[in-house]
Parts: sequence; C-alpha cells; structure tokens
Amino acid sequence: MLCHDSKLEPVGVCRMCAVEVEGARVMAASCIREAEAGMVVKTASEKVDRCRAMLTELLLSEQREESLKESTTGDDELYALQRRYDVTVKLPQGNSRPMDDSSPAIAVDHQACILCDRCIRACDDLQNNDVIGRTGKGYTARISFDLDNPMGISTCVTCGECVAACPTGALLNKELSAPMRPRSELKAVDSVCPYCGVGCGLTYHVDTEENRVVFAEGRDNPGSQGRLCVKGRYGWDYVQHPHRLTKPLIRVQYPKAALSAETVNSDRDGKRRKPGGIVDYEEVMPAFREASWDEALDLIASKLGGIKAEHGPGALAGFGSAKCSNEEAYLFQKLIRVVFGTNNVDHCTRLCHASSVAALLEMIGSGAVTTTYGDVCNADVVLVTGSNTTSNHPVAATFFKEAARAGAKMIVVDPRGSGISEHAWRFCQIRSGSDVAFYNAVMNVIIAEGLVDEEYVAQYTTDFETVKETVARYTPEFASAICGVSAESIREVAITYGKAKAAVTYWGMGMSQHVHGTDNCRCIISLALMTGNMGKHGAGLHPLRGQNNVQGASDAGLIPMVYPDYQPVGQDDVRAKFENAWGVALDPNPGLTVVEIMKAALAGTVRGMYMLGENPFLSDPNTNKVRDALTALDFLVVQDIFLTETAEFADVVLPATSALEKNGTFTNTDRRVQVGRQALQPPGEARTDWRIICDIAARMGHPMEYGSSADVFDEMVSLMHAYRGLSHENLGATGKLYPCPNPDESDGTIVMFGDGFPTENGRARFVAAEHTGADELPDAEYPFVLVTGRVLEHWHTGVMTRRSHTLHAREPEAFVEIHPDDCTDNGIAAGDFVRVSSRRGAIRLKVRPSAACQPGSVFIPFHFREAGANILTTDKLDPDGKIPEFKFCAVKFERLDP
Amino acid sequence: MIQETRAMLEFADDPKQIELATYRKNGGYDAFEKALKEMSPDDVTQEVLKSGLRGRGGAGFPTGRKWQFVPKGNDKPKYIAVNADESEPGTCKDRVIMEQDPHQMLEGTLLAAYAVGATTAYIYIRGEFQKSIRIVEDAIDEARAANLIGKNILGTDFSCDIWVHPGAGAYICGEETALLTSLEGNRGYPRIKPPFPAVEGLWRCPTVVNNVETMACVTQILRRGGDWFAGLGCEGSTGTRLFCLSGHLKRPGVYELECSTDFTLRDVIEQIGGGTLSGAPIQGVMPGGSSFPVLRADELDCGFDIESVAKAGSSLGSGAIMVFDDTVNVRDVVLNISEFYSHESCGQCTPCREGSDWVRRMLKKFQTDGPDEGDIATLMDVTDKMDGTTICALAVAIVWPVQSFLKKYPEAFAEKVTA
Ligand SMILES: Cc1cc2nc3c(=O)[nH]c(=O)nc-3n(C[C@H](O)[C@H](O)[C@H](O)COP(=O)(O)O)c2cc1C
Ligand code: SF4
Ligand code: SF4
Ligand code: FES
Repeated sequence: MLCHDSKLEPVGVCRMCAVEVEGARVMAASCIREAEAGMVVKTASEKVDRCRAMLTELLLSEQREESLKESTTGDDELYALQRRYDVTVKLPQGNSRPMDDSSPAIAVDHQACILCDRCIRACDDLQNNDVIGRTGKGYTARISFDLDNPMGISTCVTCGECVAACPTGALLNKELSAPMRPRSELKAVDSVCPYCGVGCGLTYHVDTEENRVVFAEGRDNPGSQGRLCVKGRYGWDYVQHPHRLTKPLIRVQYPKAALSAETVNSDRDGKRRKPGGIVDYEEVMPAFREASWDEALDLIASKLGGIKAEHGPGALAGFGSAKCSNEEAYLFQKLIRVVFGTNNVDHCTRLCHASSVAALLEMIGSGAVTTTYGDVCNADVVLVTGSNTTSNHPVAATFFKEAARAGAKMIVVDPRGSGISEHAWRFCQIRSGSDVAFYNAVMNVIIAEGLVDEEYVAQYTTDFETVKETVARYTPEFASAICGVSAESIREVAITYGKAKAAVTYWGMGMSQHVHGTDNCRCIISLALMTGNMGKHGAGLHPLRGQNNVQGASDAGLIPMVYPDYQPVGQDDVRAKFENAWGVALDPNPGLTVVEIMKAALAGTVRGMYMLGENPFLSDPNTNKVRDALTALDFLVVQDIFLTETAEFADVVLPATSALEKNGTFTNTDRRVQVGRQALQPPGEARTDWRIICDIAARMGHPMEYGSSADVFDEMVSLMHAYRGLSHENLGATGKLYPCPNPDESDGTIVMFGDGFPTENGRARFVAAEHTGADELPDAEYPFVLVTGRVLEHWHTGVMTRRSHTLHAREPEAFVEIHPDDCTDNGIAAGDFVRVSSRRGAIRLKVRPSAACQPGSVFIPFHFREAGANILTTDKLDPDGKIPEFKFCAVKFERLDP
Repeated sequence: MIQETRAMLEFADDPKQIELATYRKNGGYDAFEKALKEMSPDDVTQEVLKSGLRGRGGAGFPTGRKWQFVPKGNDKPKYIAVNADESEPGTCKDRVIMEQDPHQMLEGTLLAAYAVGATTAYIYIRGEFQKSIRIVEDAIDEARAANLIGKNILGTDFSCDIWVHPGAGAYICGEETALLTSLEGNRGYPRIKPPFPAVEGLWRCPTVVNNVETMACVTQILRRGGDWFAGLGCEGSTGTRLFCLSGHLKRPGVYELECSTDFTLRDVIEQIGGGTLSGAPIQGVMPGGSSFPVLRADELDCGFDIESVAKAGSSLGSGAIMVFDDTVNVRDVVLNISEFYSHESCGQCTPCREGSDWVRRMLKKFQTDGPDEGDIATLMDVTDKMDGTTICALAVAIVWPVQSFLKKYPEAFAEKVTA
C-alpha cells in the first residue's frame, strides 16, 4: 500500500491498508498491527474497499491534473490504487502545496506528496542522513529538508534514496539525458557502479533507440542492499558528454608540452585560469589530427617496438587503471610482461593502499580485507580511521552509521573531522602524522590492562614480544604529547576496544598515504591481532578500497613485483608457471612502481609508455615534476574516454569505452567479484579496452585472441587460486565474495582466517613500528600542514564527474578548507581567493572556512585541475609501500585580491 | 438544589494552599507518607481500584486497571507522565488544580509512581500555561527540598523525581502517545496502539499517563479512602469531578460535582450554570468538550453521569459542558470546531490530514453559500471513512461533532435545490 515498503520499518500512516478486526470499533492498519491468536480479521469487505476508495479519492483530489510520475515512468502507486478501486474523483480539488526545484537532480512537488513518510525513513534509516523531516501541522504538514530549507541548499547529499522510496510524483528524478519513460519501454541492465570500491549494484534503465541511460536504480545485492550515493545514481551522464573521444588521435604539434595554456593554475608561467572547468578542447585539439585505427596502431607498434629494440624492454612501462575491469587489468599486465618484456607495470593502487597491502601481506599473508563492510552490523566496537567514509565510501558509511545508531561504539580516529565523525561514539582528532604514536599507546594500555587475548596470540601469531617491547615506551601520556589526544581519551578508547566482543577496523588513505603508511597499518593490524579480533563476525581488518576495481586490478597482477594472485615475479617456480601459460620467457626482476616510473622517465631510462585510463598529471604527487617527466618521454600512448590532462602529452590518443559500454568484472572492497554489463553502444569508433590491448599485442608480434571478456576471465581464473571456480556465468546478478570455491551453492566467504593465515607457518607475524613523523614538517616559511583528499561528488581527477551534470552542479570548483581561527588570524573570509604554495609550486583557489580541519592544517581536494592539489604535494615515498605522502606537506597561504 | 461537593477544591480558595507548609497543615502528603511507610505498592493500586476512579482526561478509563497493565518484574525503568496539556476547547479544570493546589497533583503523582514502581515522573504542561508552569515548578522545588521528591524519600528506599516539561503549543500533544513522543524530543506524533503506554511508553519503557485531575483524585482516595470515593457519585461515575461550564451561561466556571442519575444534565445547566445569560432558549449543548456529539435542547433530560449521557448519544468527556443559545448560527459553531481540529491534526494519517481539511473547506462553503445538492451525503461519506481509520482519536473529534450537527440541525444545512 502507500506507506509500506518492505525495506523500511512500518509506520502505518497512510491508513490505506486498514482492515476490519472483529470486535474492535476501529480498523487496524494491517502493515503494522500484529496478528494475535484468535483474532478475526477481514482483509476484504465492502467497508474495507470503500474506505480505500475514499482515501484514494481524497488523496487524488489534492494531486495536480497530471502526475509527473504516471506520465513519465508510469509507476505512480496512487494511480495504481485508483485503477484498482476504480475511483473517479468527484471531490472538489484542492491545490495549494508548493514545488521546490532547487536540487540539481531531484524535483520536489509537495502537491503530489501524500506524506507517506517513506522518504523520511529512507533518508533516516537506510542512508542514515536525517535530512528529511516534516514541518507544519494538519493540511499544511509537508516534508521538509533540515529546518524547512529548499532541498538544494539543505544538507541533502542527493543520494536519491528518497526518490527511490517515493510512491508518487512528489520526489522525481530530473531528466538527465533522455526523456523519462516507463520501465516497460526501457531495457534494464543489471550492472555495477563504476565509481568507488563499495561496488554498489545498480540497474541502468536504457533507451536503446536513443542509446541513452534514462535513469539508474539501486539493485539489491548482498553488499549494498539497493543503496546508492549521488555518484552511482546520478553520475553516469558523463558517458554521453560531447567531449567523448571517438577516433584515434595522432599528435602533430611538437615539441611536447602541456597544451592548455594553463593546464593547471600553477603560477609557474604567471598565467591564470578562470575557476572551474575541464580541458578546453578548442585549445588542445589543434595539436592532434584524427587517424584511422590502423594508422594509430601501426605507429604505436613501431615506436614502442623501436624503443624496446634500441633501449631494451626496461625502457618501456605501462600504467593500468583500477577503473578498468579485471579482464583489462589482466590483459594489460600480460601485454607489458609478455610483449613489452618488462615488469614495469603499475597502477593507481600504488597511490592509495600500497602501504596497507604491504603491511597486510607482511603480517597476515594476504592483502585483501578480512571481512566485509556489511559485517559492521555484528561488531560492538567499530574503529574507523583515516577515512572520510561519508564522502569516499558513501554507501559503506550508511552501514557504519546504522551500526552506530544501533548501539555499536564507533571510534573515529582522524586528523580531520568528517561526516562519519559526527556519528562517532568517540572522535579522536589526532595531529596529522601521529598515528603510530596514538596506536602504540592504545596497545600499551591494552597490554597494561591485561586485555590481550593471550590464547589467540599464542595459537595464531608470532613475534608478539617485539610489539610488546616497542609499545612499552608509548605510555598514553607520552603519546598524548605527540598526537594531541588526551591520555585519558586514549585509555578510554583502548579499554573499550580491548574489551569488545568483536571489534572491526576500517581504514582509508588517511592511514596509507604517508611516508610511514606501512607503519600506520602495522599498528592497527597488531591491535586487531593482540585482541583476537580476527576470523570471526564483526571483527577484522578492512582497508576501504578507493576505486571500483582497486582490489581486482591488484588481484589481476597490475603490480610490478607480482603476477596475478600476488605470485612473486622473482620466484622461479612461479615464473615458470606463467612462462608456461603465456608461452614466452619472462623478466625475473620486479619492475618499477608508479612514482619510480615517473622518476625514471625524467631520468631518461623509461622512454616509452602506455597509459590506460590513468591521469597521473593530476593524480600523482608533485605535478611540476610529473609535467617534466611526461614531456621527457619519447613516446606516450594514452587510452581514455576523454582528453585528459595527461593526454595533452601524448603522441597517440586512443578512444576507449566507458564502463557502461562494455562487459567485464570488477572486484569491490569486500572481495565481491561482480559483472558490469554493457548498457550502451560505444560512441563513434571507440573500442573496447581489452580489444585495443589485443590489437597492440598483435601489431607487436604477439597475437592474443579471445572471443569475449568472459574468455579472458576464464584464462585469468585458471592462473589465480583465489578466484578458482568463478566464471562470468556463475557470478550472476550479484557476484561472489572470493574465495568462493562452490559458486553454485554459496555467495562466498565473508570472514577470512578463522583458523590461521596464508603464511608459511600459518601464523600472523607481529611487526612493531616506531613513530617517525612526516617527511616535511611545517616551519616558519611554510607553517601549515596540507592534507589532500576527495569530496563526495568527485572522482579522482574529475574527468568523469566534472562532466556529469549533477555532480558538477553540486561541487563546481576548487576550494581549500581552512580552520575558522586561521581564517580570522589571516584576515580571510569565506569565498576569498588565496594562493596556497609549497616548496614545489603554488595554486590559487577559494576559501571555505571549516572547523573540520584542525587549526594549523588545511585541506584541499585533488580533483580540480584549475588548482591541482598535487602541485603542492611531496613525492617522498613510504619505503615499503612506495606510496607517496599525499596526506602531509608544509604549505603557506596568502589572500589574493579579488 | 444541586450542591458542589468540595474535596479536591476544599482548600482551593486559600491563596496559601500552593505553599508546602499550608498544604501539609491541611493534611497534605500524609496519605503519601502513610502509603510509603505502611502500604505496599499493590495496596495503593487496590485502593484506587476500589474507588472506581475513571480517568479524567476524557476517555474515562479505569485508573487502577491502567496501573495494573504496567509489567511487574521487568528491569526497564518505569515512568509517570501527568497529562497537563489541557487544550480541549472548553476544558479548564486542570489549570485550577495546578494554580490553586499543585501539591495535590504532585502527591497523586508520587502515589502513582510508588504504586507502579516509577522513579521519574514528568508533568507535561501546556506551554501557554506560564503561570501553571511557574507554580508547579515552585511546588516541586519545595517538595524536593523537603525530601518529598528525590532520592530516598522520607528516609525510605523509594526514590522518585518529578520534572516539568512545557509543551510547545500543539493540541495533539495532549493525546497520550503524542505527549510521549514530544517528551522524547520528537515531533508530537501519536503512536499506534497497541502497544499501550503502560506497556511500552516513554523511551519504549512502561509509562502511566494520567490526567492532572486523575492525580488529584488519587490523592483524595488515599487520603480519605477508596470506599469514601466509591460512595460519592453513582455507579460508573464515582467520586467527585470538576466540570467546566462555559458558553452562554449566567454562571460559567469550574465546579466540583458528584454525578448522579437523580438529576439531569439540564438541571446542572440551570441550577449550577444559572441558565442562559440572555434568557434566550438553549439551542444545543456539548457536554464533554467540543470533540463529542452535540445534544439538542430537547435531549438534555438524561441523567448526569457517564452512562446516561452516553445513552443520550454524547459523552461527558473531559467535563467541559458548553452551552450555546439560539442567537448563534450552528453553521458557525461547526465550522469553528472543524477549523480547530483540522488545524490541530498532526498530519500523519491520510484520513485526518486530508479529510479534516476537506471537511473544513466544505463547511466553509456551507457557511457562506450553503450546501449544494449531494454535498451532505458526500460529507457524511467522507467523515464516515475518517471514523475508526486513524491512529488516534483526533479524527473522530471532527467526525462526531460534524455528523451530529448535520443530523440534528437539518434545517441549518438544507441543500440548495438546483433547478
Ligand atoms: C486528540 C486528543 C487530545 C487529548 N488531549 C488531552 C488533554 O489535553 N489532556 C488530557 O488529560 N487528556 C487528553 N487526551 C486523552 C489522553 O489521550 C489520555 O487518554 C489521558 O491523558 C489519560 O489520562 P486519564 O486516564 O487520567 O484520563 C486527549 C486525547 C486525544 C485523542
Ligand atoms: S558508494 Fe561507491 S559504488 Fe556505491 S554508488 Fe557511491 S560511488 Fe558508486
Ligand atoms: S488521527 Fe490525526 S491527529 Fe491523530 S495521528 Fe492521525 S493525523 Fe495525527
Ligand atoms: S500501508 Fe499500512 S498504513 Fe500505510
């Protein structure tokens, strides 16, 4: 009926489901009234029907002449009731409730609202955002956003869960690409969101004639349970942006340099760019000419082949992408290893969780998560650290918030306050770079309080003593002086974590992107091990993966030192296996990592590169150095769907297909392998990425032939123990959590390591870490700490999201967050422009005062080319993970005249 | 001649009665002290059961039975919520108690808390009653200082604290479950029953909601005995009750009366209220506040007790007897009533939110243009479907008066005959 939704707690307000209960004067709402023994209920009677008809008529008499839902998607539930009860509206029409058009994606029509409360519950109980409430009494009652603000300026995050829940035309998706039409006239394609590692299941409703997605809906899968965030629900219209590349391009303008006059707002050349914006094609395109595929591929083969012949395989390198599918990642690393003949293949995971993976592999023998984000509901203590979950893993965050609301104690440890810290039981706002000190003190307390799970430590681990020894010096008082959290709070948090029946840890790049990122991760791993929080529900370790396929791309071998499934290239038997499978001799030396490749390019040792879907110009640290490195390359092939900042340096640009235009599997942060299905036809001559890889391989003398991406998957799985048993077919609609040896019977494994670890002795190994601090500390000249990160609406370098209407409308330009006190001290107000500079460069951007930052530190999201945060960042690396320190460098800022 | 029986109002005219010393001098808190020291909680409930006391908030539910619904041996905290939201048009009795004898309500509250094992009580006072709020808060402070409220009261191991919670101007918050959601800090929305508050109320813990006057009666019952109370009034309507006489009367006011089958509603209007001020004939009476059916002048010869008035087709409700003479237009009266309730609907349920405003608009049209052909049937039909289909009883507070006016004053609602 109207207010009932099986996903939501019943509230019984529409009264449409009222039934007769014998002996009672009043009718009962059957959605909420529990049946009792001996109760006699009439669910259908003349009285029941007439009541329903009357209520329907009353509601209809308040509707507009035409329902915008009925006339578009055709699924207005009120009109369905009208048909069912054959209602003609004779009551005089009311007409006095307003419209609210302020949101970029959602149209609010209070006239069509029947106050069924579904949107409110969807917002509160599913997304846990608490934006929608009610205001007014009686007939003037209406849903309200915050304190009755227009939706567009409220705290609404435009996740669209309310739209999905609304039975009438009160909350409607605005048209994004093609006119809304009934579901029955559209093709439903079950797929996976192409953005973050949460990997939400969704369904695209496609107008096949127009070759347009009309709208997207959350799809029930065991992970995301139908929820989506703004990116998933509204962020797909980039695929039809006129900037899409449709033909291969060959560079005609030399010498190479950045083509946009001010590709980024670096002060280097003294020029400024107006705020906002994406690559200006008119400026960049004249440097290229269109070419046929044959011509482009031949050129690539001869140039790359030439470099290899002249300088050896080590002069070539490739960047794959965690945005691409497992199949593409597998083929890409195979191409580099087999055809290029080098292990110089890496991808952006290097920049997000390389240190997490290094610590996990070293200590527990496996780099993947030990439990899922959904398992948070079984935890009584939840540690969320270095993660702005509400922005970066929005749907996972909904489950964390839900757990916190249900009573789990959520401890958030982060230098910067974020949406998730507002839901925390305790928020420990540590100083940037002091994680090791903080966690060592937490472990110190746990040991001192006798909260170590001795039995677990004895049975499943080794080397506990080393940690015990190290943390002995980190008393809460000692650590407090370093991390700024009171000794008392450290104790309280430690004792709470230590006493938990099940404690789970989720972390993000706030932990990993430091020169001591691996040490940070070692600490939280040790913490979980010493308290036995492993191998059971509600406990474990979960590095929240950034991109949609960070897990899969790594699994598939897009890593310089390992083949698929983390099998070391240096190990002879392993190499023999792959040589056998691929039919060539392979290089036994591990290759270079992302930042190392850039440095090698600068040094002239790497001369030719193939980049598939990566945009290192904006995503890698120290942009000015990257600029020089890209300019220095003899030959660069960029394969992408748009002309990126990196493509400005390319010799050949190949038009690729977006996630919506191809089939392939993606492995989310939970280890869930899911099939992304083709919803649209690619534009122009754009080709599927895996075919392009095969085309290049063939031209370079090593044909690789597959009938489909499913065939590629089969070959890959044959070399990967972890994925054994899986195929496109048995992954089905909702995918599988690997390891899943019996895909026909099981959804896969949620909790790993209930009984030991995949290490040589079956035990986890404790590794101690000392507090070392950041590489570049603030000083008199550069007194502030810069933390970089992301915002909810944007994705990496903004190539896709800034071309999406809703996402761009919500967050159109670069900004820097500065603590209000620092603003005051420096005479800066909201909206002022400042020049932020570090030892490596300077950018110009708008100020957003925010108490989320600590005094003394500033935050800049790195999505915006006009003020690329990475112009400022340092390229110093963590020694183990080789991950750069994106989360810490010294900067200063000054106010600019408007 | 009908006389007042003053028990609750015995000392109400003494301006010092609001002070603890005077209240105690007049026997106040003796009953409570005795209960604490000599009676078990069950004894207290038994006494109330014996008295036959029925709630004074409007629904008339037996108070002792309500207390018995509170689960025993349940480790959840239990609460008392005193309903002092008095907002029903015509009702103005609770205010008299709070402003003239507040300790009497507090003593009843403590007795109730002792009986059901509650350790916290809230007095939810209508926000506009600034004076009541002040007086009750002062009374609580005095009683707390005297260890009549708080920890280990009078040296026993019974502890109970009492807090005042002012309402924010919504009539609906007088509905017991809305009162609880409001107390919890949410919008005052009625909740679906069952579960009833005595089982699952404030913060989902057992909660007894009783009206102010009900609490005052409890004090009287424990002071003077359940038998004494049961001996007053008549069967089904024992004890004394505060009636609020209002409208076109010579002597409107709050009177403490016993119910009886020996005299009639008309007798009360004439002898206590003094008949109409203007001398004009009575046109109608709403005997239990504006939310019950109206009685025409020829229907007033029923007995003056809950049962008899119910038989006559209405209810004594919250004891607000509203009289209007024949100088008023009943269309105005019924429109005014519908305006009040449609404005005060919380807006949760479709029938109430949409229906009440629809009814209001229709009656508005009647007031100026009169009904068109078929309008009355449609109005009856719509109101029929609002009856018994909603979460709380606010919707019927429109349905009953509206339907009764339409039925009883057909000449005022004659449909226009279209040619
Ligand atoms: C719409 C509505 C408004 C009400 N307002 C009041 C009120 O203002 N005061 C009151 O005591 N009871 C009010 N009641 C009755 C209460 O719901 C409840 O029955 C009463 O507080 C119980 O106390 P009692 O058993 O002592 O009468 C109202 C009921 C409804 C349906
Ligand atoms: S949470 Fe991640 S996977 Fe889910 S809809 Fe948002 S961006 Fe897509
Ligand atoms: S009947 Fe009216 S006042 Fe009562 S809960 Fe429903 S909408 Fe609210
Ligand atoms: S579906 Fe039961 S009241 Fe709305």
